[in-house]
Amino acid sequence: MNNSTSDRRTKRFLIEDALFKNATRLFAFIVLALLLSIIASLVIGSMPSIKAFGFGFLTSDQWNPVTEEFGALVPITGTIVTSVIALLIGVPISFGIALFLTELSPTWLKRPLGIAIELLAGIPSIIYGMWGLFVFAPLFADHVQPWLIDTLGPLPIIGFLFQGIPMGIGMLTAGLILAIMVIPFIASVMRDVFEIVPPLLKESAYGLGATTWEVVRYIVLPYTKIGVVGSIMLGLGRALGETMAVTFVIGNAHQLSSSLMMPGNSISSALANEFTEADGILYTSSLIELGLILFFITFVVLTISKLMLMQLSKQEGKKG
Amino acid sequence: MFSIYKRRRLINQFNLLIAALSMALGLLALGWILWTLLSFGLHGVSLDMFTKNTPPPGSQGGLLNAIVGSFLMTMIGTLIGTPIGILAGTYLAEFGQRGWLAPTTRFINDILLSAPSIVIGLFIYSTVVMTSRHFSGWAGSLALALLVIPVVVRTTENMLRLVPNTLREAAAALGAPQWKIVTMITWRASKAGMMTGILLAIARISGETAPLLFTALNNQFWSTNMNAPIANLPVVIFQMAMSPYEDWHDLAWAGALLITVTVLGLSILARVLFRQEKTSH
Repeated sequence: MNNSTSDRRTKRFLIEDALFKNATRLFAFIVLALLLSIIASLVIGSMPSIKAFGFGFLTSDQWNPVTEEFGALVPITGTIVTSVIALLIGVPISFGIALFLTELSPTWLKRPLGIAIELLAGIPSIIYGMWGLFVFAPLFADHVQPWLIDTLGPLPIIGFLFQGIPMGIGMLTAGLILAIMVIPFIASVMRDVFEIVPPLLKESAYGLGATTWEVVRYIVLPYTKIGVVGSIMLGLGRALGETMAVTFVIGNAHQLSSSLMMPGNSISSALANEFTEADGILYTSSLIELGLILFFITFVVLTISKLMLMQLSKQEGKKG
Repeated sequence: MFSIYKRRRLINQFNLLIAALSMALGLLALGWILWTLLSFGLHGVSLDMFTKNTPPPGSQGGLLNAIVGSFLMTMIGTLIGTPIGILAGTYLAEFGQRGWLAPTTRFINDILLSAPSIVIGLFIYSTVVMTSRHFSGWAGSLALALLVIPVVVRTTENMLRLVPNTLREAAAALGAPQWKIVTMITWRASKAGMMTGILLAIARISGETAPLLFTALNNQFWSTNMNAPIANLPVVIFQMAMSPYEDWHDLAWAGALLITVTVLGLSILARVLFRQEKTSH
């Protein structure tokens, strides 16, 4: 009698356990399914445009809602150019910040400074956009752009990038704002990555008489190079998909210009500006195809980033 | 002319100076943005902001309908996203030792965490808005829920892993079934940590504009009907800031200040909670 109730209870527990476990498994599966359905819905949504334009979509710089001719070259270029500017400026600064936080800062300052950098990451992107449009762009147009145009404009080879008129808004401004936005992401991952370097290695180098910079250059960086590249890719992924800040300052012009001073367009800002006003299946579907392209690019970049960071932690596990 | 020692010292000092300058630059950017926000935002803050609806062009008004709309969508988005996130995170931490599902989910979740939020908006547009044929507060809430999930999954898993295994083993030795161990021991032990994740998720979605642009759209009038377009702070701020009207700009700055104070307040609160959690173990 007693035996059978305890048997029954064990059986009940087993069933409940299986139910619970499978319920949580189902939700884990939902996260996976989410990604698949995002891809599927974007592909289905962009079918009309894929059929109409094929691969020409990627290389055409046309964007004419009246004649219904669409091409992704301008926004793709804008997205890539602004992100590259953001990395060119953001990566050295992030590296400096990570270096400061791990090697230079007194211990009592590390926490507040780390929090400050993370607050920078917490500010909503629309705030960056407003700041860029109302505060940064006018100052930039009055004081920095004329100087850039006068000194860098006439240079051979790179001069064409800096010709034009100082308008404040444009690809360069968008890239600069993006740089500020990606700094906290890159800097905080780099800091975490730098911190896994075994103290013993660094101390040995110091013991041999190396300077702080030499320790960073010859010990920390070689040890963490995969992680550093991973953190940069993470920043790139963020920069590529950033919408609101770019929409405010890029100028939203569907034109390809060689100068960084000129307004352009990025994939995300084209979507933000035009999607609700798009009429006609082909227009909407072309915008969705832009979204698909954006998702594909960021997916690849973020995957590479994740793989690199994972490899670093695996390597650390082996040594530790 | 320079001895090698002197040169190495100089290079060292120069590079460290650059590092310190970078740090200063980062702080300067933060200070500048916050200062701008305060000086422009406080100028626009008034009682009207909380008592009047968004105005038609050229007249005075407030942000009441947008604040309420944002609050509703953030709340519903969190209520939908959190349970999904917690259960998925629980699977990863408690049952995910074997098989392909857990590592794959973990990987995909990290990618969703950084995926462009405007694509989430597109996804909800093509699934919810297209099939229901109208923009709605529900669509906006769903888009926000999809942004909540990866944040909660990530923090839940991390927090559950902080719970010492001995606690689980002790419960198992007393004969507790696994679902009881999870719900009554590990969840309870990491309550503060899981709250941290939820707060971070709320902080993340309360500033999000891109996924709402073509899901919730906007509404100039007072409305709490989730089945219709609904006003929300980020989109209202976006439209007002892009408008040519001076007093709309003031209102946009005031709204921007409100959002930023909310977001930063939530993330600081989350940090405090997390610190308590860490010290209690």
